[in-house]
Amino acid sequence: MELIANIGLGFSTALTPVNLLYCLAGVFLGTLIGVLPGLGPTATIAMLLPVTFTLPPVSALIMLAGIYYGSQYGGSTTSILVNVPGEAASVVTTLDGYQMALKGRAGVALTTAAVGSFFAGTVATLLIALFASPMAAIALKFGPAEFFSLIVLGLLAAIVLSRGSLLHAVGMVVLGLLLGLVGADVNTGIQRFTFGIPQLADGIGFVVVAMGMFGIAEIIRNLENEEHRSTIVSKITSLMPTREDWKRMIAPILRGTAIGSALGILPGSGSILGAFAAYAIEKKVSKHGKEFGTGAIEGVAAPESANNAGAQTSFIPMLTLGIPSNPVMALMIGAMIIQGIQPGPSVITEQPALFWGIVVSMWIGNLFLIVLNLPMIGMWVRMVSVPYHYLFPAILVFCGVGVFSLNNTEFDIYLMALFGLLGYVFVKLDCEPAPMLLAFILGPLMEEYMRRALLLSRGDPMIFLQRPISATLLALGVLAIVAASLPMFYKKREEAFRE
Amino acid sequence: MSQLIRNGKDFWTGAIYIVFGSAAIIISRDYGMGTAVKMGPAYFPTILSILLILIGVISLVRSFLKQGSPVGAFALKGLVLIITSIILFGVIVRGAGVIIALPALVIISSYASSRFRWQYALVLAAGLTVFCILIFQKGLGVPLPILGSWFGQ
Repeated sequence: MELIANIGLGFSTALTPVNLLYCLAGVFLGTLIGVLPGLGPTATIAMLLPVTFTLPPVSALIMLAGIYYGSQYGGSTTSILVNVPGEAASVVTTLDGYQMALKGRAGVALTTAAVGSFFAGTVATLLIALFASPMAAIALKFGPAEFFSLIVLGLLAAIVLSRGSLLHAVGMVVLGLLLGLVGADVNTGIQRFTFGIPQLADGIGFVVVAMGMFGIAEIIRNLENEEHRSTIVSKITSLMPTREDWKRMIAPILRGTAIGSALGILPGSGSILGAFAAYAIEKKVSKHGKEFGTGAIEGVAAPESANNAGAQTSFIPMLTLGIPSNPVMALMIGAMIIQGIQPGPSVITEQPALFWGIVVSMWIGNLFLIVLNLPMIGMWVRMVSVPYHYLFPAILVFCGVGVFSLNNTEFDIYLMALFGLLGYVFVKLDCEPAPMLLAFILGPLMEEYMRRALLLSRGDPMIFLQRPISATLLALGVLAIVAASLPMFYKKREEAFRE
Repeated sequence: MSQLIRNGKDFWTGAIYIVFGSAAIIISRDYGMGTAVKMGPAYFPTILSILLILIGVISLVRSFLKQGSPVGAFALKGLVLIITSIILFGVIVRGAGVIIALPALVIISSYASSRFRWQYALVLAAGLTVFCILIFQKGLGVPLPILGSWFGQ
């Protein structure tokens, strides 16, 4: 049994005291960030990346992964207790979670979320373990044409799944690709778009872009209307669900896990789409469908399982293909490159300890989350009411010091300010920054694969359509875009985002 | 003019895309196009720029045809204070050191909040500065200039 041997290797990597510590630190920070208002996972991971550069690669990635799924978890706590989703994937949890809290069942809702998330996390971890090797094996046969088409598919999916105008999302992707090309051209060494600035010779740092577009721009936007955050937090009486509750949550957790796992692999979505879909489907399928919106336990169990499963399975394309499915995964890829690991299908075979260590650490991290969250819920509740006017200067300090320490140059600080300004302008114009960041990271890769593919085909662009896998990937992407621009689907998409 | 534009967001997004696209085409003129078989450094950027300009033009045309929501007001106070505080931090961090640059960053940016109070901002500035020096300089070994070159360090 190769799988068992691999998982064994994973445990021996993940269970070293140092890695356990970083896993714990990651989920702790992640939960904290999920609970704190106005700070999303992308900005946080960008902010904390400089801190992880000094760690060994395995520990760094284990910690970053912990931050990501920890923040999903913390987000649901605030959804249930104060009706404020800590981040986008837990928006749906507010619908029934907060209603349960109003009925004095906050503790039960939290336990449901915890149990659902843990189960989903376990299943998703197993799925990664099962599918990663075969997928990487297929990917090893990919030529440049296939990788090019895969990137195109990923970008098109990110466009379809972003909010606002499709046309503008396409523009953001193209702009991101262009920005990604700044710096020395790999083949000729010619400096492109650097304006003679030596700090740009290696390109624009992705941490700088992410901090500016997600961290700084978000702060300016939040300052537009500093809403009064309700500090009335629901009392938690009993954490223990009744026998009836247990019975009612089983099926939704199973369905939520399945939906979340499947949708998490899709590029561009991660956990958000899964949570929405699981809630919508559960509402239709459930016997208690009419209770939805008034505090139905199914309405917490399904989306909570789905978002955790999705957060986990979104690692599959990142780890096996080297193609990120959302901005957080894009940052992880950046972190791997800085650590000297070339992301792609060869990671599993060349760095098995790293790969399996990360996979197993996710399961351990989920275990930590239960321990962190249920007994220590009182502490997190207090975090919910930290006022934003203390929080945002702290975020700025971390961004400033973090970005300065990257290359020890002031230039990166100015560049971050510039991207903050640009990000805010785009926020005002309803253009989402997520597809742009994804394109920014994929730009140089896409150019390189296109070059190689066309070199092989002697300049014939038909190579992308003649190779079956490449053609299929492109067809899927075109299908997604066409479907999203059809009037009937277009309306559905609008509705889905409004909910 | 403003009566003609029915969708401010479409108009300005289109304008930004056209500016970026045109600039990229003009700058990459000198890089060398090459051919599809042996692509020059300008090949991919030029394709992207043409695409971006095209999207910009469609968006611009659409802004005259289809009704949409106007661009909301900019939070100027927040925008100016936050961006200024970051740039100032960059300008003085090496010269003055973090012991002055960080409190400046915290106090100027805090002023953007409607709930700004001097006493809280000063405490926050002191706390964050000490925290950063401990974590980054002592803990992680990042070479932060605590006292900068202006003080003869």
